[in-house]
This record gives sequence, C-alpha cells and structure tokens, in this order.
Amino acid sequence: MLEGLMIGLQTAINPFNLGMVVFGCVIGTFIGMLPGLGPMSIIAIMIPVAITLGDPTAALILLAGVYYGAIFGGSTSSILLNAPGVAGTVATAFDGYPMARKGQAGKALTIAAISSFVGGTIGAILLMVFAPMLSSVALLFHSAEYFALMVVGLSAIAAFAGTGQVGKAVMMTLLGLMMATVGEGALAAMPRFTAGILDLQSGFSFITLAMAMFALPEALFLVMNPMRAAQGSGGNQSGKIENLRITRAEARAIAPVIGRQSIQGFFIGVLPGAGATIASFLGYAVERNLATKEEQAEFGKGSIKGLAAPEAANNAACTGSFVPLLTLGIPGSGTTAILLGALLALNVTPGPRLMVDQPEVFWAVIISMYIGNLVLLVLNLPLIPYIAKILSIPRNYLIPFIFFFTLMGAYIGQNNATELLILVGFGVIATILRFADYPLAPLLIGFILGTMLEDNFSRSMQLYQGLGFILERPMTLGLLVLAAILVVLPTYRAARARSRAKGVADGD
Amino acid sequence: MALDRWIALIFVAMCCIYGYAAFFTMDQLLPPFMQRNPVWPSTFPKILSIAGIIVGLIVLLGLEKQDGEKEPSATDINYRRLGQYNTWAAVGLLVLMVAYALALRPIGFVAATILFLTLGATILGERKFHILIPVAASATFIVWYLVQQVLGIFLRPWPFFLA
Repeated sequence: MLEGLMIGLQTAINPFNLGMVVFGCVIGTFIGMLPGLGPMSIIAIMIPVAITLGDPTAALILLAGVYYGAIFGGSTSSILLNAPGVAGTVATAFDGYPMARKGQAGKALTIAAISSFVGGTIGAILLMVFAPMLSSVALLFHSAEYFALMVVGLSAIAAFAGTGQVGKAVMMTLLGLMMATVGEGALAAMPRFTAGILDLQSGFSFITLAMAMFALPEALFLVMNPMRAAQGSGGNQSGKIENLRITRAEARAIAPVIGRQSIQGFFIGVLPGAGATIASFLGYAVERNLATKEEQAEFGKGSIKGLAAPEAANNAACTGSFVPLLTLGIPGSGTTAILLGALLALNVTPGPRLMVDQPEVFWAVIISMYIGNLVLLVLNLPLIPYIAKILSIPRNYLIPFIFFFTLMGAYIGQNNATELLILVGFGVIATILRFADYPLAPLLIGFILGTMLEDNFSRSMQLYQGLGFILERPMTLGLLVLAAILVVLPTYRAARARSRAKGVADGD
Repeated sequence: MALDRWIALIFVAMCCIYGYAAFFTMDQLLPPFMQRNPVWPSTFPKILSIAGIIVGLIVLLGLEKQDGEKEPSATDINYRRLGQYNTWAAVGLLVLMVAYALALRPIGFVAATILFLTLGATILGERKFHILIPVAASATFIVWYLVQQVLGIFLRPWPFFLA
C-alpha cells in the first residue's frame, strides 16, 4: 500500500495534475452552485474536455475534482438561497438556510466547508483501506460472478428507488439495457436494432444520453417553473457574507457529529444505489435522534449539528461511491456511471485489475481526493463571497447558457450535428419520464453496464455451453438470489406494513 | 389513466417490437458457423424483451402499490400543473435547439451561437439588447477560442461561403 501511495503521490503532485485538481474543483464549485445543474450534468459537460487531455490519470483527477467541487458548490447555494444545486445537498438547506437568514451565512459556509473537508478526507482514508481489500477478493471472480454482481448492482439501484417505485426503476434499467444493445454488438460485428440508420451503427453516445437524461430536463424545468430557481429567494445574498469564524465551543459540538457521519456516509456511499442523497438525509436523521432535547428543537431552525451532519455524510459518500467503481468496475450511482463511461472512453477498464495493471491511475485518484479536499477548503473558503456572485447572474442570461453548454457537451464529443437532434429528442423523452415520476439514473446505469453485462453473460454461456453456470457456481447463484431478494423485498415489506395497518384499522 | 401508466403501455409496446425483431428477424442474418454457439447475438435481447414486457405489465396494471398521493409542493415538478408553467418558453427553447443543430454547419459556429444565446434570452423575456448582444458575442468567441485553440477540436467558425 505504501508503495502504491508513493506512486500516487508522485503522479498527483506533478504540476499538470495538480493544476487539474484545482481547475476541476473551481469549475465544479462554480457550476455546482447553479440550481439545476447537478454533478452528473457538470461531469457530463466536462467529459469532452477530460477526454481531449488524453491522459486517463489527469482526466480522472479532473473529473473527481469537478465532482467534489459540484457537491461543495451545491451546499453553497443551499445555504445562501435555499436552492440546492444537487440532490445530495438538500438536507444541507434544512439548517444552513435558516442560519443564513439569521445573518450567520459566513459561519454556515465555514461549517459546511470544514465538514465537507473532514468527510471527504476520512472517506479517502477508508477508500484507501477498503478498495485494495475488495479488489483482491474481486480478482477471484470469473465472468459468471461478474454477470451476477452487475445484476445485483442494478437491482440494488432499483430497490433503493423507494416504495411504489421499484417497478418503474426496473423498467428504466431494462430500457437502458435495451438501448445498450443498439449498434454493433459484442458477439459478432453485426449491427443490431439500427433500422438501417448509419449514425446508429456505433450505438448511442453515452455523453449525449447523460446530457439528455439529466442536464436538459433540469434546464427545461428551470424554464417552466421559475419557482425552482427562485425557491426561497430573498435570503442572504452574496454581498453580506461576513464573519467566517466559528467558536471553539461550536467546533467541539460538531466534531463528533462530523466523525460519525463521515464513517456512516462512506459506507452508505459504497452501497450501489444509495449515494450522497440518502447518506445526507440519513445522517441528518441519525444526528437529530442522537441530539439532546434542547438541541433537537434547534434542528431545522439553524442547528450547527444539523448542518455539519449532511455535509460530512454527503462528501464521505461521494468518496465511498468510488469503491465499487474502482474495484469492481460497477458504478453505484448515476455520477459514477458517467465517470465509468469517461474511463471506458479513455481505454481504462476499472475493476480489480486496475490496481495491478495501472496502479498510477488508482492511487493518483486517491491522492488527488486528499488534495481536492484541501483545495476546496483553502481556495474556496476565502473566495466563496466572490464565487457566490454567480448566483446573482440574471436568470434570462443564465438559462440560455445552460442550454448552450448542454449542446456543446454533446457536440464536442462527436463533432456531429445529428447528435444534437438525438440530444433534443431524448431530452424531451426524459422530461416526460420525469413528469411521470420515473427515475432516470437507473436508465443511464443500465445503458453503461449493458455492454459489459452482455459480454460477461455471453462468455459464461459459452464456457458452460448454456445456463449451467448459474447452478454450477455457488457464488453466482447466491448473488442472483440476492438480486431477486433486493427487488422483491421492498414491495413485500410495503405490502405487509399496509396489511398490518389495515388490520389495526379494522380493530384486529 | 395516469401519465406513468401510459408510458408503461408504450414501453410494453416497444418491448413487443424489440422482442419481435430479436425473436424473428435477427437470427436470419446469423452466419452458419455461429449457429452452433450456445449464445447468439439475439439471446440477450430476447431475455430483455421478455423481462421488459413482464415489468412493463406490472407497472401498467398497477400491481405494485403506490404510496398515498402526496400533495406536491410548489417547487416539485408536476405535469398536472403544466398549464401554470412557462411551457411555451420551454418549447420555444427546444425549437431553438433544433434550429441550432440544423444551422450549425451552414452558418458556422459563431453566427449560430450568437443567435442562439440572443434568441434564447429573448424567449425568456430579456429585452436589453444593448447588453445581451455584446455578452452573447463575447461568450461565443471565448468558447470558440477555448474549444478550438485550447482543446484542439475544430468548430467551423464562419458560414460555408467564407470557409
């Protein structure tokens, strides 16, 4: 591990890569503040830039920096405007915004920055410990287990979609998998489902799809429902941020909260489908339950603990979500799915072999996480009042630019104007799906995992001359059973809870 | 029928077409040497189409019980309130995006982008053209410079008759 760390340190502190961390963090913070652009959209917009760098290490460092910056920027708009730019920072607004209204915006930003920093750093340390362990286990996996593991990942993502949503999430996953089969398949160089259209021969571009699924619907919603952007406006504006200091007593109060939530957040982040949003809400809820009666009354009205908990948890979870990505090559969230797509485009296949074959990529990313957290703390904290000025750009100017960057993201990747029409088409479909309450992250994850899932499935089928691999490999069978349980369990539990509630109502 | 069920219906129909293609048309193109393989290019799509029809029907028939209808907050997105939204501005921007895609090659990046940014802001209600046009123009040149000169991706800047 020490050797790996040294390789990583060497790669990460090379001036160019260091520049990429700083650049990524700053860009991420800037765009992450804009309501409507989450980390997924920002990373999707930055992918063409990362790919042109050519060096997978620099690209991944840049994108990881953007990811952290986006989460950090999202907290800033949550606190100042009560308009979370990112779902993972919604819980931050619960107490951050009341603090800002009380004139403590500076303090709130400091607490958010420190909690994020500690959360991210503890997350990176845990990642350093757990990723190699998981990697060495994963090296024993064959294609049959990989196939089963991907099925588990996909079902977990569906299972976390929430009550009454599992069916819809599975449906979206299947749609993503079907879209992945368009184009020349893995088995034979035979075009499938292209309907004779030449532009579809190489399949759909994942950047276009990512833009269409996330950036475009969000931007359209901003246009349609201005309430979303102006949510709670009239809050503390950028000019008034003063006094960034926190007292010693406050620091003592939030230290255990940050510690607990960093660890809890990390492990939630590791689970596929959970991610930063669940980690932050759960962190908030747990800390509220642990707090004393007087402190509990403060929650929601500007409690510093209520602000520190989700902030530490969401940053640790972001780091945790890198574990399945780097060790198994399986993304647990929409954001890591986009990162996986970017890596594949750069000819890097994440998985257990990554640590063996390209240790510099693996370790440089971990080291750059530390550096990124430090950059966010040192660079952004003093600059926040200035960066927050972006929030005062008039909406009429901002929105056309968001649309324009979405178009550019899709265009630069392919240099093909047809791609823009595909973007608009899918964007409209995605918006309708959002209106009907269909989750879109499973679609994108299904799309990105589709090819790998089919590859591993076909390889196992060929090795075992049929479906025999399911029964002959106990681990495969176990994982597939787990996947089935994951999908069925939430529905079963909801049904039982309902029948019990009905029983109580009937007087049983 | 609620919008989500309509979507499930369309999804089931799509799976039927997808499944038909996988079951009945794809295998005809299979070279003879591959026919002895246990797995064909159509195998995975066949599984997906069947799974898709089953899951689509579950959603369509409402077999999975939903939580009680919650009153959505003003900031939630809800198609039932489409009438209260600036739907026309959104449609206008979508049309503008299509126009941009079609105009990008013939009139060049610079003109297309300045027009897109200016018209986009106009659709949203901006009328201060003396600020808007210079902002759009300078942003266009900055992006063009960054993409073409720094990233090295060619964007044809001028209309076809100048290039």
